Amino acid sequence: MVINNKERAEMLRQLAGTNVSLCIQCGRCSANCPVAWKMDVLPHRFVYELLNGGNVDVLLEAKSPWKCLSCFSCAERCPKGVSPAAIMEAVRLTHIRAQGNNKLNPADLENYDDKMPQQAIVAAFRKFNK
Amino acid sequence: MQKIGVFVCWCGSNIAGTVDVAAVVEAVKKIPDVAYAVDYKYMCSEEGQKIIKDAVEEYGLDRIVVCSCSPRMHEATFRKCAESIGINPYMVEIANIREQCSWVLKDVKVATEKAIQLAKAAIAKVRFNNPLHPGQSQVVKRALVIGGGIAGIQTALDIADAGYKVDILEKEPTIGGKMAQIDKTFPTLDCSACILTPKMVDAACHENITIHTYSDLEAVSGYVGNFDVTIRKKARSVKADICSGCGICTEKCPARKTPSEFDEGLRNRGAIYIPFAQAIPKVPVIDREACLKFKTGKCGVCSIVCPNGAIDYTQEDELITEKYGAIVLATGFELIDLENYGNLGYGRSKNVITSMQLERLTNAAGPTEGHLVCPASGKEPKSVVIVSCVGSRDTSGRGKTYCSKVCCMYNAKHAMYIREKYPNVDVTVFYIDVRTPGKGFDEFQRRAVEEYGVHYVRGQVGKIMSDKEGNLTVFASDLNSGRHLMLNPDLVVLACAVKPAKDARKLASMLTASIDTNDFYVEAHPKLRPVESPTAGIFLSGMCQGPKDIPETVSQAGAAAAKVIGLLAKDKLMTNPCTAKCNEQICSGCLTCTNVCPYGAISGVEKEVVTLNGTREKRVVAVVNEALCQGCGACTVACPSASMDLQGFTNKQILAEVDALC
Amino acid sequence: MLKDAAKFEPKIVAFCCNWCSYAGADGAGTARKNYPANVKIIKVPCSCRVNPMFILRAFQRGADGVILCGCHPGDCHYSTGNYYTRRRMALLMSMLNFMGVAEDRFRVEWVSAAEGAKFAEVMNDFVVQITALGENVKLRDLRCKK
Repeated sequence: MVINNKERAEMLRQLAGTNVSLCIQCGRCSANCPVAWKMDVLPHRFVYELLNGGNVDVLLEAKSPWKCLSCFSCAERCPKGVSPAAIMEAVRLTHIRAQGNNKLNPADLENYDDKMPQQAIVAAFRKFNK
Repeated sequence: MQKIGVFVCWCGSNIAGTVDVAAVVEAVKKIPDVAYAVDYKYMCSEEGQKIIKDAVEEYGLDRIVVCSCSPRMHEATFRKCAESIGINPYMVEIANIREQCSWVLKDVKVATEKAIQLAKAAIAKVRFNNPLHPGQSQVVKRALVIGGGIAGIQTALDIADAGYKVDILEKEPTIGGKMAQIDKTFPTLDCSACILTPKMVDAACHENITIHTYSDLEAVSGYVGNFDVTIRKKARSVKADICSGCGICTEKCPARKTPSEFDEGLRNRGAIYIPFAQAIPKVPVIDREACLKFKTGKCGVCSIVCPNGAIDYTQEDELITEKYGAIVLATGFELIDLENYGNLGYGRSKNVITSMQLERLTNAAGPTEGHLVCPASGKEPKSVVIVSCVGSRDTSGRGKTYCSKVCCMYNAKHAMYIREKYPNVDVTVFYIDVRTPGKGFDEFQRRAVEEYGVHYVRGQVGKIMSDKEGNLTVFASDLNSGRHLMLNPDLVVLACAVKPAKDARKLASMLTASIDTNDFYVEAHPKLRPVESPTAGIFLSGMCQGPKDIPETVSQAGAAAAKVIGLLAKDKLMTNPCTAKCNEQICSGCLTCTNVCPYGAISGVEKEVVTLNGTREKRVVAVVNEALCQGCGACTVACPSASMDLQGFTNKQILAEVDALC
Repeated sequence: MLKDAAKFEPKIVAFCCNWCSYAGADGAGTARKNYPANVKIIKVPCSCRVNPMFILRAFQRGADGVILCGCHPGDCHYSTGNYYTRRRMALLMSMLNFMGVAEDRFRVEWVSAAEGAKFAEVMNDFVVQITALGENVKLRDLRCKK
């Protein structure tokens, strides 16, 4: 089955669960990102490409999701409550799902700080399991 | 037998698009006493009103129901129309089938059904309508303007020029407001003080204007044409009539630890101070919280140096009561607090300033006499970053959801005059959108780029860090190139969102003026009555109604003044005839109603009444003063014998509506 | 259940004060914020004009829910009207309880003139609530229906 760009954008939107149509394209997410200087595609693009039926391939091929710290400063400072971090996570998840196996071991979770955001823990596992 | 005419409006496609108006007409025709029913494209138009008039004549209608938009919109229109053909205006009822029906429903069948029911309810109510006749009340030919900024001054001047007395109430020690703080104004770049101070002087010298500075609104009662207002004139601790305004006291005052409000904290002022040189009145005021005399009892330098003996430490607040016919709210704006924007470093680094602080820094009368310097080092900056939309267009709860409207223009202005005075200083403006609608506005902003070489970067600043030496690092994004930027400017200017003045909400409660969720005053109609509050006799001028620049503020001030003049020019006002009325036959004289009436409109009067069984007896009954009654209806519910009823909203009328809807 | 829940369309009467909530309802209309047709609005000058009798009458006539909307406390156009409403309706609430009418069938809400979206939200929520409660039979007096 061939999935076109529009459907893949919709899939990513659903996976991310953040309302990208709220975005006013101010760029505070990219400006705030502590690892933006390491990223090939800046966080604002992840919102933008999903917003206007843009090119999802750019996002899927980007290295940025693997640089992303899941620190949520993009989501925290967004004036509209959009979470680019969630889209980063969705992209990571897309890759992991395509790979077919997820090596996440729940037993390992015990050693983690319970104050850490849930998504950050999960994201860390995904990144290390790639 | 009653003859009811029902007129169903299409409102173009606004109603007819969702409601089958012909079906509504057919349905209401079947109701007894409906003598005539018709639909028309625009009932409120002259042609539509003619249809009503012709129908009244042809069918001898005595009651009219119009199924149309909200009564808040056109009830007055249709009442006037009825009056012009000899039907009492209060024999008209409106069924709101636009706002409550066609605009909130999508399904034609459902909407039509609801429209029919709403029409039925209105018909049920109109059966019990009685002709009502408005009384008259006097108009006090004096207006009160709350706020002495450019909006208030302009409104007061316009009213005063028309020959009416006006009082300006200002909470600060001087009039002038925010415009007095500003250096230059866009798009002409002329000096703000040069155009404002003559107006301040005009207001002060005008024979019809009285200025109460350093004063608060203490209490308000009454209604349109007859407001009773109490003003608290706070103690200045200086006798205004003796003081010559020489200012020696302000120079000699030893308590100099209070940041000057007028200079946005960029320098300190004394405990006794005049906000700025052109202040009106030029009379100092003692800030009792900072004054050593008031705090410790040991000082009194000002009273020693005063050549006129004008200092009076024992002065007390004074209460003034005055009657006004109209009140104008011109309470203006302030900048938002930046406590939620810690990432931008405001408060941590002195070199991160607000736009208003920049105005003071570049102002020739400011703390640096107009030399642009970094507040931390006192040195001239080499590069400046201006950040737009700080706290504007922010729905995350940290800032304000609206666009502050003026920032794009003043950012261009700031960038331009920095580049003009200091051509070697690099200026970068970070923006989301540049919004510059207005006469000559876009051209102005383009000049900043084309002629002055200001860098406009589409993107935003994420965080601003300051190291031990006070050097700033700005992390930003450049969206057009997709680059992440790191800049090291010497000065950062934050274009903060504007918000209504702090006391806006308190004043709204005192005046029962409506206010929106952002604390801006609500206008009676967003398009057609933009300078009036929904509360009769209260008018709006300037920023307190929504973000505005100076030209808009001045034109709105003029519009508000015209409305006030229109009101004051009347000798008498028609009062709302929908007042409470007591059925003296069954009133037991318990006077429970007098306790709940917020206007003191009901009193117990001993008089001879005819009882239900026809005998005459002398006893106490409740009597409503129609001039005072505003028609809230609190008494009707409190009355244990149900003798109190509200005309226009009688028990019978409301119950008829309930019955028709259930 | 007397009727099939899926088909049950509750009758709801909303009393709205002229200055805040009626304007709020207009705001909902202007912003095209949809709410179900079950809600029919009766305009009153102030929420304090609403006699508990009106509400009982509505229930007696077969209304399934009644909602009373006024200005936020402190913002009443007549200064104190909604304070009376608040006290009176608290009493009415306990009286309805005493009579066996579910308290949830009657609600008091404060909606300002600027809160069109809130008005629609409240109405949507109330319709869902009343639909779940089903038909009101407790106070219903069939003699009222001709």
